[in-house]
Amino acid sequence: MAKRKPKLAVWKFASCDGCQLSLLDCEDKLLEVADSIEIAMFMEASRAVIKGPYDLSLVEGSITTPHDAERIHKVRRASKYLVTIGACATTGGIQALKNFRDVDDFVSIVYANPDYIESLNKSTPIADHVFVDYELQGCPINKNQLIEVISAFLNGRKPNIHSYSVCMECKRRSTVCVMVAHGTPCLGPVTHAGCGAICPSYNRGCYGCYGPKETPNTSSLASWFEKMMDVDDDDIVRYFRTFNAFAEAFRKESESHET
Amino acid sequence: MRRKTIKVDYLARVEGEGGLYVKLDGDQVRDVQLRIFEPPRFFEAFLRDRKFTEAPDITARICGICPIAYQMSAVHAMEQACGVEVTGQLRELRRLIYCGEWIESHGLHLFMLHAPDFLGYEDAIRMAKDHPDIVKMGLQLKKIGNDIVILLGGREIHPINVRVGGFYKVPTKKELSKLTEPLKWARDAALKTVEWTSKLPFPDFEWDYEFVSLSHPDEYPFNEGRIKSSKGLDISIDEFYDHFEEEHIEHSTSLHSIIKGRGAYYVGPSARYSLNFDKLPQVAREAAKKAGLGKTCTNPFKSIIVRAVEILFSCEEALRIIDNYEMPDAPFVEVSPKAGVGHGCSEAPRGMLYHRYKIDDNGVIKDANIVPPTSQNQKIIENDLAQFIPENIGLPHDKLTWQCEQIIRNYDPCISCSCHFLKLKIDRK
Repeated sequence: MAKRKPKLAVWKFASCDGCQLSLLDCEDKLLEVADSIEIAMFMEASRAVIKGPYDLSLVEGSITTPHDAERIHKVRRASKYLVTIGACATTGGIQALKNFRDVDDFVSIVYANPDYIESLNKSTPIADHVFVDYELQGCPINKNQLIEVISAFLNGRKPNIHSYSVCMECKRRSTVCVMVAHGTPCLGPVTHAGCGAICPSYNRGCYGCYGPKETPNTSSLASWFEKMMDVDDDDIVRYFRTFNAFAEAFRKESESHET
Repeated sequence: MRRKTIKVDYLARVEGEGGLYVKLDGDQVRDVQLRIFEPPRFFEAFLRDRKFTEAPDITARICGICPIAYQMSAVHAMEQACGVEVTGQLRELRRLIYCGEWIESHGLHLFMLHAPDFLGYEDAIRMAKDHPDIVKMGLQLKKIGNDIVILLGGREIHPINVRVGGFYKVPTKKELSKLTEPLKWARDAALKTVEWTSKLPFPDFEWDYEFVSLSHPDEYPFNEGRIKSSKGLDISIDEFYDHFEEEHIEHSTSLHSIIKGRGAYYVGPSARYSLNFDKLPQVAREAAKKAGLGKTCTNPFKSIIVRAVEILFSCEEALRIIDNYEMPDAPFVEVSPKAGVGHGCSEAPRGMLYHRYKIDDNGVIKDANIVPPTSQNQKIIENDLAQFIPENIGLPHDKLTWQCEQIIRNYDPCISCSCHFLKLKIDRK
């Protein structure tokens, strides 16, 4: 009897769709991937829905509405493994900027009839709500890392993803340090690797879209920004408050510079 | 009396979350609601107090499918506010990266999201079993679009190389010329795609739409031009809010746009094509003619042919830019902040995208407004459904529901963008 293909489901919460698009962006490998797994639920790509349970669920997006806070529990119950993909699902995403402000102000800035809008006070990562088997960081995720994670889970092994900083990737591709050579503020030393250190190779500082690395020394980096590069507190807050603003290390650092 | 609804709880093959609800009384459509339940993300609120230089990176995150559109509208708005114009090769490179996004996004929509509807497949992967060559060609086209964005932008989703004033780094002539051979292949593939799409089965469905798009005297529009409509509107982008308004309605977290005093309008490839046909290169005009398109396209199902024509245009335009490219002396022009208001309007793959910012002397954003293409098309989509359903009421429920979904997908709606998208539910009485 032929072996049953593992079932993959892709779920979306508050997000830009970019991380699940990474799966469709695996152009060369897409049909190969589709051959080895059964894409059972992927609304962005197919109107066919195969019922769960699913062997692997990829979850994109953060929890921002009461309805989604309920829905994520159903997703968990239907999934053997649940992997979050991207900064929104892993840290709350760019929409977590509202966590630092009053949500009613936010609603009334964008919508004329705030009563029609149901939104929680905070945008929160999936792991705040349910058990998560693995978190893949990045805004957006790296598609090769995505293939690695899918293949690891379907083969019962640990994903081979490094938790060191972007600096390591710069060194490996021989990019000259933009901070040392040009005095450009760069979040590379505290940011999780995975993108391949793209920004410094384009002569700009890393802006932290992969979120904090393991054990990041954010206060040391912030003091370098202040003392050596004349960055003021307002700008330090902005540096740490972007796509992973609610990740603990970045959140604490930004809060300590609020004036 | 039968009470019936057509209902799609969660629309597939669109970007973002939405559904459709239609209420019928016999053959009469009582209500059509394109329901957008994409969670609101409040970009316009958290852009306040950010630096003007951050807008391209932040607004890119509105949409993973068309980040370049957001970056382009944002940088042009900021440059206008600061009184800077980006010209020459930097301007050309901006058009080139936009060509990449059109090829990638149109390729995705045409082959993976839209074509399966015409041929009765639930998705492109199932379609690939019977039409492997078409799907593979589509994936390869999409990849070439992405390769342009990767080279100029650093990566295909949320590129990092676009900045107010230009780019962080510009490519050498040699780096760019690597795209020439793949683009020549892509141009041939696009020609075949125009021909292939023209043979798809199209429902007989036309409407006297008011098309709206940018229009430029010398070129097919990406980043510059006046806002024109097929019913006589001709305004500077600064006058957007004098002529358009947004309504907030209960069944949507996306705001609906209308032309003041007239109502619904249509943005996107068919609008651009119909308003700018004579600006297309000859090869694209001829291919369109051979495919049976006139100078305008008023059947929204045929937007799939127009997307193919625009892929062809983008390949041709990209080849032109690469051929004439000389590396500029500096990758960007210096932009110093100046208190004021800036407007930016560019043509996202799915239609016109308008940004307006107010900044202070330090370049801090005080106010931001973003009008994405899908929120502009919402009303037209509802109108199309209200007209299509009574004409096709005899169809079996499953088939009618699928065709309603197809009507929505005609517009390549991006719900993530508009949400500020969509379930199909038809209530029959």
